[in-house]
Amino acid sequence: MYILIGSSLLLAIFFLVSFILSVKSGQLDDDYTPSVRILFDDKPIEKQKDDHDLNHN
Amino acid sequence: MLESKQILQDTICYHCGDRFTGQPICIDKHDFCCQGCGNVYELLSKNNLCDFYTIDENAGLTQTIPVLPGKFDYLNDNDVRKKLIDFTDGHISKVTFFIPSIHCSSCIWLIEKLNKIDARIKQSRVHFTKKEIYITYSNDMQLSEVVLLLARLGYEPAIHLNQLEDEVKKENNNSLLYKIGVAGFCFGNIMLISFPEYFGLDSATQKAFSSMFGWLNFTLSLPVFFYSASDYFVKAKKQIMSGNVGIDVPLALGILVMFVRSTYEVASHTGIGYFDTHAGLVFFLLIGKWFQQKTYEGLSFERDYKSYFPIAVGVIKNGLVNSTAVSKLAIGDRIIIKNNELIPADAILLKGDAWIDYSFVTGESDPVNRILGEMVFAGGKQTGQTLELEVTKAVSQSYLTQLWNNETFSKHADNRLGTFQQMVSRYFTYALLFIAVSSAAVWLYIGSPSTAIHVFTSVLIIACPCALALSSPFALGTALHLMGKKGFYIKSPEVIEHMAKADVVVFDKTGTITQPSQSTVQYEGGTLSAIQEMVIANMTANSIHPISRQINEFVGVQNELVFDTFKEIPNKGLTATFRSDTFKIGSVSHVGIEMPLQQNEQLVTRVYFSINENVIGSFILTHAYRTELGDVLNQVSKHNQIHLLSGDNDKQRTQLSQYFNQTQMRFNQTPEDKLNYIAALKSNHIVMMVGDGLNDAGALKAADIGVSITEDTSHFTPASDIIFDASAFGLFPNFIQFANSTLRVIYGSFVLSLIYNIIGLFFAVQGLLSPLFAAVIMPLSSITIILFTTLGTTLMAHKNNIN
Repeated sequence: MYILIGSSLLLAIFFLVSFILSVKSGQLDDDYTPSVRILFDDKPIEKQKDDHDLNHN
Repeated sequence: MLESKQILQDTICYHCGDRFTGQPICIDKHDFCCQGCGNVYELLSKNNLCDFYTIDENAGLTQTIPVLPGKFDYLNDNDVRKKLIDFTDGHISKVTFFIPSIHCSSCIWLIEKLNKIDARIKQSRVHFTKKEIYITYSNDMQLSEVVLLLARLGYEPAIHLNQLEDEVKKENNNSLLYKIGVAGFCFGNIMLISFPEYFGLDSATQKAFSSMFGWLNFTLSLPVFFYSASDYFVKAKKQIMSGNVGIDVPLALGILVMFVRSTYEVASHTGIGYFDTHAGLVFFLLIGKWFQQKTYEGLSFERDYKSYFPIAVGVIKNGLVNSTAVSKLAIGDRIIIKNNELIPADAILLKGDAWIDYSFVTGESDPVNRILGEMVFAGGKQTGQTLELEVTKAVSQSYLTQLWNNETFSKHADNRLGTFQQMVSRYFTYALLFIAVSSAAVWLYIGSPSTAIHVFTSVLIIACPCALALSSPFALGTALHLMGKKGFYIKSPEVIEHMAKADVVVFDKTGTITQPSQSTVQYEGGTLSAIQEMVIANMTANSIHPISRQINEFVGVQNELVFDTFKEIPNKGLTATFRSDTFKIGSVSHVGIEMPLQQNEQLVTRVYFSINENVIGSFILTHAYRTELGDVLNQVSKHNQIHLLSGDNDKQRTQLSQYFNQTQMRFNQTPEDKLNYIAALKSNHIVMMVGDGLNDAGALKAADIGVSITEDTSHFTPASDIIFDASAFGLFPNFIQFANSTLRVIYGSFVLSLIYNIIGLFFAVQGLLSPLFAAVIMPLSSITIILFTTLGTTLMAHKNNIN
């Protein structure tokens, strides 16, 4: 019984510490920009490839 | 030889999306309004960054004013640089800039691709809501080059005087998050541990566990009491000291009483205490505070006025002009002050015709003339031609800061309009103390001292105004957010309440109810030579009046000229001399001619151009009222008185009288007249002034609520409480209605929280309050208030078409 209470507290403390660490690492600083950033695609650089092909032919 | 210029079709600039008339600059089959915009496009296309234009259309920032390469040289000074950069290890440096012009996802995309344009930039990250960017760059790049690159793209960072003065203290917002985390952790665990007690332990195990759970709860609530709730005690103490009792006093009292009583109950084995309610209360309060902080984050009004401070000035050394940080100025330096620039230090006038506007220092806006050899004082703004000065006193930055921290820029300090919460919480506190004391007195009289203490503490616990503290932040915060989305930016939540109370709305004319971008300009008269066009362009470029800007746009970009003299007479016109010719642009009285007035030119302003008193021709500006004007004025006048103030003549009087009362229209008003008019109205009304921000600063400041309409929201408007995107003009009445509705939601939530309090008090005064009851009613009331206010406000927004 006591072990159960102790371990439930330990588990909760683990989550508290991980929350504090995530705040510290800046994970929660900005809640908007990453949502936009993830939608940007890096376009493959076609132009240079084309030049390359032309040189070979 | 009479010839009138053809009006060209409106074109939309591919880069910045501005509508413009005149010959477009054509690059890669795209039209650009000016060389600046074209340059940005070329820079982007050279670096394969044309995706910029596909993310948001025409997302660029207008580049009509070219950036001079030497402008940021002062940043290379070691002392200045050290204060700006966050970190350097000799190879790379990190720097944070505040960039007001960040506005869309294209901006994020482009700024985070800076390394594609210049490889010496290692990384750039945007924080959109704070409008900040974090740049890491290698040290073979100068700081000035970084800023120049940003400025070239239209993202000129706002570098403020106070940033250079002291090390910037990085505000630590995280402490609130830690407090919430701790409070949440303790709240959850205390609740879990309290459950068995509420459901009843069987008698065999009861004794041992009850005591253990009690002490466990006590231990868990220590961090809540001493760490998470600490701010409330500090604030309550401050409020008591100042005699200005606010909401924090009953909150702190409730928290304190709960903790002390619960500790006593556990220690004396008389009960389990209210530890769960205690932790839950603090948790919910902190969440409300966090929400409030979030809404403030997006608003950057406070920082704006400091952008007026000069931070760099041109210094002449060996015949060359160098840009130097103001703090580096030494006695004897020769400095260059251009039109509309502020004088950073006391100095002697060496060259030029000085017309100095000391309105920032004295509030008096008429420029004063100074002749060669006279002293000019720091804080004045030159209006006219370029001056050369010799510095006689080194600059103390704090002196400058002090200068501008005076009245002219301070906020509405007078507490003419308190907020609902301030008013209520004062009465609430006294009522609460009265109930607690009197019910305790009754029990003492009956002869039960222990019940008296029990009742006294119960009242303070149950009536702790958590719901009241949450209602305003959530309702106003939601409203602020929703209005911001529609282009209506409000300085602080109180302004919404003030808006709802306003009973008079005063409109400015030019630029406010007329639409600058829709007006057309025509030229009539003798053909202009190239040099004359150049003169007109340069004269108008020096003036910020909307009409000057329109003519300037019409003439187009021209080479720069240096006039021998230049002067602007407010509300009349401009005068300049160049190569012994005198040029005048302005009204009939300014150019000093008698011309037959054209009949019935209602929506037309004529601006004359003369050389040596011979009128060459005139610009005809046809105004267009904003398309939604009729609707807006009719709607607003249903609930408020509407007035009109105009700097122009009264040609449009008859046309406007369908909206405005004859007695409530004033024409030919100087900025000062406008200010006085507002001040007079304020004696028995609450006044909202709607103007265009730059020319009406005085009136906007004087009004209870200053609203500035702007075509470009990144513009600087020091005096206003609300910045309002002109494209949302049609929604103006809706915003006012919405402010009213929001206030009603707050009243509603107040009634709701009062009902909870009355139910709680009903039990508390009888001495029947149980920990379980408190533990249920406290979170229940908090959550219903949060839901009621956010949903209510959102619903009202829907009703008023703001969503």
